[in-house]
Parts: sequence; C-alpha cells; structure tokens
Amino acid sequence: MRILLDKFSKSFGSTNIIEDMNLEVGSGEMLALLGPSGCGKSTTLFAVCGIHRPTSGRILFGTRDVTDLPSQERNVGVVFQSYALYPHMTVEENIGFPLMVRRIASADIKKQVADIADLVHIGDLLGRRPAQLSGGQQQRVALARALIRRPDVLLLDEPLANLDAKLRLEMRSEIRRLQKETGITAILVTHDQVEAMSMCDRIAIMKSGEIVQIATPSEMYKDPRTSFVASFLGNPPISFLKGKAQQGAFVLGENGLCLPIAALSGIPDGTTLSLGVRPEHFGTAGGIPVEGKVVFAETQGRENLYDVVLPDGSVLRSIQPVRDDVKPGDSVRWNLDSASTFVFAEDGRRL
Amino acid sequence: MVEKPQISSSMVSANFSSLPVILLLGLFSLPLLVMYAYLFIDTISDTEVGSLIPSEFTLRHWSFLWETKTGKPNIWLVTLNTFIFASCITGVILIVSSMAGYVLSRLNVPARGFFLAGVMVLHAFPSVTLIIAIFIVLQWIGLYNSLIGVILVKAAVELPLGIWLMKGFYDTVPWEIEMAGTVDGASRFTVWRRLVLPQIKPAVMALGLFSFLTGWSEFIMPQVLAPGAKVQVLSVYLASLIIDDNNFDFGTFKAVGVFYVVPVLILYVFFQKHLMNIYGGGSKG
Ligand SMILES: Nc1ncnc2c1ncn2[C@@H]1O[C@H](COP(=O)(O)OP(=O)(O)OP(=O)(O)O)[C@@H](O)[C@H]1O
Ligand SMILES: [Mg+2]
Repeated sequence: MRILLDKFSKSFGSTNIIEDMNLEVGSGEMLALLGPSGCGKSTTLFAVCGIHRPTSGRILFGTRDVTDLPSQERNVGVVFQSYALYPHMTVEENIGFPLMVRRIASADIKKQVADIADLVHIGDLLGRRPAQLSGGQQQRVALARALIRRPDVLLLDEPLANLDAKLRLEMRSEIRRLQKETGITAILVTHDQVEAMSMCDRIAIMKSGEIVQIATPSEMYKDPRTSFVASFLGNPPISFLKGKAQQGAFVLGENGLCLPIAALSGIPDGTTLSLGVRPEHFGTAGGIPVEGKVVFAETQGRENLYDVVLPDGSVLRSIQPVRDDVKPGDSVRWNLDSASTFVFAEDGRRL
Repeated sequence: MVEKPQISSSMVSANFSSLPVILLLGLFSLPLLVMYAYLFIDTISDTEVGSLIPSEFTLRHWSFLWETKTGKPNIWLVTLNTFIFASCITGVILIVSSMAGYVLSRLNVPARGFFLAGVMVLHAFPSVTLIIAIFIVLQWIGLYNSLIGVILVKAAVELPLGIWLMKGFYDTVPWEIEMAGTVDGASRFTVWRRLVLPQIKPAVMALGLFSFLTGWSEFIMPQVLAPGAKVQVLSVYLASLIIDDNNFDFGTFKAVGVFYVVPVLILYVFFQKHLMNIYGGGSKG
C-alpha cells in the first residue's frame, strides 16, 4: 500500500523537528530514511505508525487519510530499535499478541504463529522468553510479531543496529527477502549507508528534518545533489578539496593544481568551490597527475586504502587493488579522474 | 528488566567469605532470639515470683483461644476482623495505587505536576493530627464503629506512599513496550493490564505485603474509630487487656501478643524476598 506524507510537520513544544515534509513510498516499495542522528527519522516513523500526532499535514495510506486514526487502527507493523519484546511472555505469546488482542481463536493463533515462525526460522524457539534469546533471534521475533497480522505497512527503526557484523549481513538479506515475499510496503530507518544502499529500492536522505534527496541507491551515488549527500554515501567516504574557479577550471591553492572541469564553464572567476573526489577516482587510472605524500595506508584484504597529503595540506583518499610498493612516507604521483569528480558551491549545492 | 533482584542478590556473596559475617550477625541477633524464645516459653509456663526459670507447664494463659472472657469479644471474631481489615486495606491500596501510579507516570493528564506534588505532601503529612476530624466525619456519615469506615480511612492514609512507589516502578518500564502494544492493536487499558503491569509484578507483591503488615499492626485508627466489640481488631483487643485494671492478667496479655505476631512472622518467612523488592526500584521518581 502506498504511503504519502503531505506537508507533514512535527514539533515538540516550540521546537520544530520536521517542517512541511513531502514523501511518497510506492506500493510494495522499500524506502530507506537515511540521515545522521537526531535528524528526525524516528519522529517521521512514529508519525506514520500513529504514536506521534503530526502538528500539521496529512498522512495517507493508499487513498485513505489516516492522520487522525489511532495507531491501533492503522494496521502497521513496527520493529523498534530496541525490539521492545514483552519480557514476561514466551516467544509464542509475543508473536501471537497482535492476534490475541483481536480475539482470534487460540487454535488459529497457534497455527499462524507456527507459520510465521518458520518463515523467520525461529520455529524451535517458541517456548523461550526474550531474555533467553540472542540479539539476532530477538530481532527475528520482533519481525515475526510485526508481520503476523499482515500489516499494510512495515516500519523498521534501525533494526540491525545491535547486531554483530556477520549477523547484520545475514539479517539484511533476510529482511529484504521477507519484504519481497510478502510484497509489503516498508520504510527502513538507518544511519548506516551500506544498509540503506543494499536493502532498499530508494533512499531518502534527511538532514535536520528535511529530505535532501530521494533517488535509487546507484543514482544517488553517481549524482548527489549536495555535498552532504555525497559525503553520506560511499565507504570509504569521499574526500573534499577546497579551491577556486578560474577560467572554467578548478584551482587548488595559490598556483597549485589546475583541473579543467566541464561543469565550471560560466562560473565567475574566484568563486569559492569544493571538489569531491571519491577514493576510486584517484589512483592509477585517470587523466590528471597529482603529487603528494602517503601518510596512511591500510589494507582491507582485497584492496588497499591510502591517505595522500597534497602540497597545500589537503587530503585525498585512494582505494586501489592490493600493492606492496607504497608505504607511508613515500612520495607518489597518482592520477585523478577529473570527469568523475563533483563540484559543489560554497553552500553545498552541486554545480 | 527481567528478574533484576535475584541476579544481584546471588552475585553479592560471590567475592568474599560469608561465614564471619553470618557469625557476627548471629551474635548480634542472639539477644532478640532469646527474647522471642523466652516470650513463648513464658506463655506456656508458670514462674515463681522473683525467679527467671519457669517452674511448671500450663496452658492457662492460652485459654482465651477456647473460652471467651467476660466483657471481651470472642478472639476468633477479633482475628477475623483483623484479617478482613488488613486484607481490604491491601486490596484497596493495590487497586488504586497500581492505576494511579500508571496514570501519573505515563498519561498526560491535566494538573499532573500538582497531583505529584500533592501526593508527596500527603505522604509527609502526619495522619494522627487528622484523627479528630476524621472521627467527626465518620460519625456524620454513619460509618463510625464500622469496619468499612476504618478500612477506608486507613487505606486513604497509606495510599500516597503506594502511589508514589508504583509511579517509581512504572517509570522504569521502557516506553517502547507500550508503543509496541498500541501498534499491535491493544487498547491503552489492555496495554496496562497485559504488558506493563506484569513488568512490575514484584513491586505489586511487595506493596501488597507491606500494606497487609501495616494493616495488621495498625492500632490508633481502629482504637479511635472502631472500638466496638463487634468490629474490634487484635491490636485493640490486646490493649484492652492491660487497660482493664480490675482483672489485670499479664500471662494472657503475653499469650495474645504471641498469637498476634505469629501471622506476621509466617508472612516474613515466606515473602521476605518480595518485601526486599520495594527497596530495589521504588525510589526513582
Ligand atoms: N518527545 C520529544 N520531545 C522533544 N523533543 C524530541 C522528542 N522526541 C524527539 N525529539 C527531538 O527530535 C529530534 C529528532 O529526533 P529523532 O528521534 O527523530 O531522531 P533520529 O533521526 O531518529 O535520531 P537517531 O538516529 O539518533 O535515532 C531530536 O533533536 C530530538 O531531540
Ligand atoms: Mg531514532
């Protein structure tokens, strides 16, 4: 079912957290709300499930206006960041609770719980209590409880934040599989860009209560609208060089590096700019030689990561296939692929 | 959240030897033990004047159990009254404070701050100063010399503490549990009854015991508000034994005292673990 936030605003007392947000999530789509801590992701999510009333604006599920509907009547499944399992109930009672409050016959509940437990692979844990489960198992229970009454909408608030790296990888594909299998519309809140990129159809990047850009993961990676978006996506992250425009080129420092860049035609000379260079665009390939000194090298197994300090003090990151010939302290002359760089104005806008 | 008290109590003893502590505590509590033992022995024996050693066994002092003394109510009626009194107080306190505590902890009611402060003040207020006023009020509405009247008064006096304790325990229950409950489709009442209340069950147990014991030992209110023979409770009965100058019977007095304290001891033995819970999380406001 489609979710539509129409001019949604939320304030607590006199502090405005979110102002006039418009967001549409297509039916069956999984959307990531990505943003730094405190930007209002959970607030948005809580408004969608009815825990917070919007200060103004409308929330629609399909064509139905649910703005004033209490959360009991919205039919949303929520997985909370802390899972919020009921500690005094067994796994079976936890998962069955949404059905129990609807007064469904207990034989039916038992059967449905068994079905959904198999779906998330916890069929053999039904008799345990939450405290006797590992983090990943608790997470599955929370997921099963959210899914059992076939909600129209599934909301996930940083569901993987408490898991270890391997389990996180596993659960990522697990959640995505379940979402696709059930065809449910889902919103995933996260501040982990890898999670957002790997699990979701589209990403909405938020910054202090506003959505900065909505796009598919690859579009957003290739075509960030602001320097904030560019810095948020990509691991290792993008590096920025500060410079000025000069005759259609980006000039670093006094008479340092000069990069001719197509996007700069028509920009007045002397405009302050920043240039975003992703680590994969600085290395052995590319057209423009850049000299610098390696100050940091790190191997990630298949690839090596280098930090290179340029003569004017700014730092470029480079990621390259493993090589043994470069060590910290070495002077290098590597190439920069100027066509793949992004130029941003002083206020962060992409040019 | 789950079973905090048990975990902490079982871990404390792990890193030092407990034997010297037990010995020391045993030594210090010895006088108390001796006193209790002597009290009991004294009720089933006769002692020569001036001597400390009992000289002969007798059940004379316990005769109040099977024969009603002239001018005194039947002991079993009195015991039943005490039991009803303490149980009803417990029931009222548990029901009211478990609901009021939840409201004060969670719901956005008007004048919530005022209520919180008011409860605090009421708790600190010495209720004895009100007793004359209460006496007059009860007489006015016809509840003087009735169990209901004194039950209501005693429960009301104990409520502020109960509400405050319950609120403290509710404050420790995570909000997410309630959020999860409402999105799962449960009404606010179901959320309270099925999800939140079970989280603070140990505290409810503790408060219940606490209230029962307070009710059981209460003297001044029943004495003033319900002294009549039909509604007398044990503490009043006990006091009447020594107030009566004509047939002053110290042996019976001691035996009734033992009789009075035995239920309390039994409760302590069985429920002391629950009673300790009240010190575990209730102080957070
Ligand atoms: N009940 C509340 N009263 C007042 N302010 C609140 C309340 N809840 C949240 N806020 C504020 O709203 C802002 C957004 O909070 P929110 O929980 O949505 O952040 P978030 O994006 O989910 O962050 P995180 O990634 O850390 O969970 C924060 O600045 C927070 O302080
Ligand atoms: Mg959050």
